[in-house]
Amino acid sequence: MPSDPYAADRPRLHRRGFLGLTAAAAASAALAGCAGAGSAPGPGAARPGGRLRAAFPGGGADEVLDPHATDLYSEIARAKALFEKLADYGSDMSPQPRLAERWESSADLLTWRITLRQANFHDGRPVRAADVLYSYERILRPDSTRRAKASLSVIDLAGSRAVDDRTVEFRLKRPYAEFPNALSTLGAYIVPEGAENFDRPVGSGPFRFASFEPGRSFLATRNPDYWEGAPYLDELEILVGNDEAARVNALLGGQVEYAHDLTATTARSHESTGQVAIHRLPKSNFHALAMKVDRPPFDRLEVRQAFFHLIDREELVRSVLQGSGEVANDLFGKGYQYYADALPQRHQDIDRARALFRQAGVENLTLDLDTSDVSPGLREAALAIADQAKKAGVTLNVKLGNKDTYWSDISKQGVIASYRSGAMPIESHISQRLLSTSTTNNTKWQRPEFDALYHQAQSTTDEARRAQLYLDMQRQLHDEGGFVWWGVSDWIVATATNVGGVDDRAPANTLDWARFDKVWLG
Amino acid sequence: MSLPRYVLRRALLGAVQVLVVVVVVFALVEALPGDAAVTIAGDNPDPAVIATLRAQLGLDEPAWLRLWDWVVGALHFDFGRSLIGPSAVSDVIASTFGPTLLLAGLTLALVIPLSVALGVLAANREGRTADRVITTSTLGLYSVPEFAMGIVLVTVFAVQLRWFPPTAVGADLLSRPAVLVLPVVVLLLRPICSLSRLVRAGMIEALRSGYVRQARRAGLSSVRVQLAHALPNAIAPAVQQLARTTDWLIGGVIVIEAIFVVPGLGTTLVEAVSARDLPVIQGLAVVLATTTVLVNLAADVVARILAPAASEAAR
Repeated sequence: MPSDPYAADRPRLHRRGFLGLTAAAAASAALAGCAGAGSAPGPGAARPGGRLRAAFPGGGADEVLDPHATDLYSEIARAKALFEKLADYGSDMSPQPRLAERWESSADLLTWRITLRQANFHDGRPVRAADVLYSYERILRPDSTRRAKASLSVIDLAGSRAVDDRTVEFRLKRPYAEFPNALSTLGAYIVPEGAENFDRPVGSGPFRFASFEPGRSFLATRNPDYWEGAPYLDELEILVGNDEAARVNALLGGQVEYAHDLTATTARSHESTGQVAIHRLPKSNFHALAMKVDRPPFDRLEVRQAFFHLIDREELVRSVLQGSGEVANDLFGKGYQYYADALPQRHQDIDRARALFRQAGVENLTLDLDTSDVSPGLREAALAIADQAKKAGVTLNVKLGNKDTYWSDISKQGVIASYRSGAMPIESHISQRLLSTSTTNNTKWQRPEFDALYHQAQSTTDEARRAQLYLDMQRQLHDEGGFVWWGVSDWIVATATNVGGVDDRAPANTLDWARFDKVWLG
Repeated sequence: MSLPRYVLRRALLGAVQVLVVVVVVFALVEALPGDAAVTIAGDNPDPAVIATLRAQLGLDEPAWLRLWDWVVGALHFDFGRSLIGPSAVSDVIASTFGPTLLLAGLTLALVIPLSVALGVLAANREGRTADRVITTSTLGLYSVPEFAMGIVLVTVFAVQLRWFPPTAVGADLLSRPAVLVLPVVVLLLRPICSLSRLVRAGMIEALRSGYVRQARRAGLSSVRVQLAHALPNAIAPAVQQLARTTDWLIGGVIVIEAIFVVPGLGTTLVEAVSARDLPVIQGLAVVLATTTVLVNLAADVVARILAPAASEAAR
């Protein structure tokens, strides 16, 4: 599962299919469903008190509390309870101020002045500009491979300074209008100056550290002095259960009140029983085909367009996503800030696809389609698309790749591959995957004029102009690009019926996802 | 061959076996596509990041050098550090060995008396109702895979009847023994089936043998004949089967650990393999290989003491 907004997926996170137990999970869910529906008491009005136990998939004995090394969803949820970033992504992926009270940029967008809000670390020390600079310096160290490094490396650290305790001035290496995106990036947490050891972490978040056993359990207690108001919960416990069936059973058996990351099958079988509440967090996972535009046959625009037309997006959402999601329009980021929702929705048009293939002179095409079990649905999508392609006379040989090396394999080899991505701002999607210099440019979309549009958007302070430039970029991608984004799926979480305050609009990994300071036990 | 010489010879052989396992495991992990650096980099396979990680993890050194360093360290009981996390391999293993050992120990403590009792009972009632019920149900239960059994038991006894907790999530195994009930039951069922059938077969054979008839004619009580004369010969084959059961239990019984969220050796092994965490895999290989060698050695010695003629003949 994607652990970070920049991730398509991380192999070591995916344990849902562990030993084929997914089928067993479905069986157990079906059996459990026989228990019958009861009228469940709702969570009622928000009230303080209690301990919430949440089950997440984890990473075993190697889990860490170092917030700059977070990787797994469980690690992010823990970091989020203890620490904060300067900003975080809202439900539309726009940056929301957190420890930063506000930000202003110079006219050339090269200098950004951040004003910190009045907040304290758990040991009573205030959060100061020096802590911010230290945290970013720690992430950006030359030998570091920390996730936030790529996004924060736009900062010229030597030229940045603390104006006073509550004001930081960042000097950037290039104009970057959406610099607050970098402040919101995964792992860009603010730790106290000098912090290196995170055995007993001290942060400024809504909960204070109590205890931690890697791969097993984590306990935190309410921070009564939290700047946004103390959480309702007295205590938050994050437990690890790698098997999906085990997480559901623990929830049904009353061992936990919150189970993270469930399948659509499980959700369906429990939705109507009244024993648990199912939360579908929308806009969480985008699903695509990645065509390499620099090599045959996809170096022909007509072939790419033919593929745009041969996909039945509705059927894929029904079958592969099991209805837990919606169709996308060949663009990343449906519903996010700057998304081009004015473009008409594309539908399957086999005649059009055939005509385009004829035009390109490549009728009865036969291709290898790379896929892998690295992420749920990836293989199913490939098989379903191979079926759909037959109608347009295209034979797709589905090749199941090694799941441990899939993402690096498809970055170099092959012509067309199953692809997916977690939530991230459209800006990050473009800068990481679609610029000539992008390190994970899996469609080999390398166009100087497209790069120029992106850089223009980043060097203008005019919000309307930037929106227009994003529209231009997306129109190009919609007409000629290498990604066929066919759907976006929900992220499924289940809670006990007495749990209130779970935000049903927040995509996985945004500010309001796993936000336990807003949750209460009724 | 005298017993001490026999034990010594087997122990030396075992040491060689452990070494071979370690080298083979190393070679197999080397042969897997990708390494820890690729795995850590995951979906963001920036070549520069992968190169940095490789250098940091020492993966750019030649394979034979890494193997040599590791073997030298292992001789000093230093199994190196995990590639992924901050901990030493010995700590990782130590922290996950406890739950597995507890489950295995409990299961063994129960499986021996239960399967001997069932086997002896069935043998004494050979061909009658009790025997038929025991034989049929052990055969039936034996054919159910553990994960299916586990899920059915959890659904019925934990989720619906709520007699036992469905998983061990977040619980300390010793302070909440209730969480152990279902996993131990699942672990027990199959070994009981195989062992009791072996005991039954051995017992039937022993009861028909000349020495038992002789003992009966000598006027010894039926209980005495059974316990002192027939049983030791009957359970010798079962002891070796028990050794295999122990290997299986110590190996973590990965599926059981997954269903019941027991953070044991099996879970650690799966995680280490998927993360290409070679030092942890090698450390676990040593632990598992050593356990297997020791358990089988013990089983052979016990079988030899119980029925010297039979094991000598089998050699």
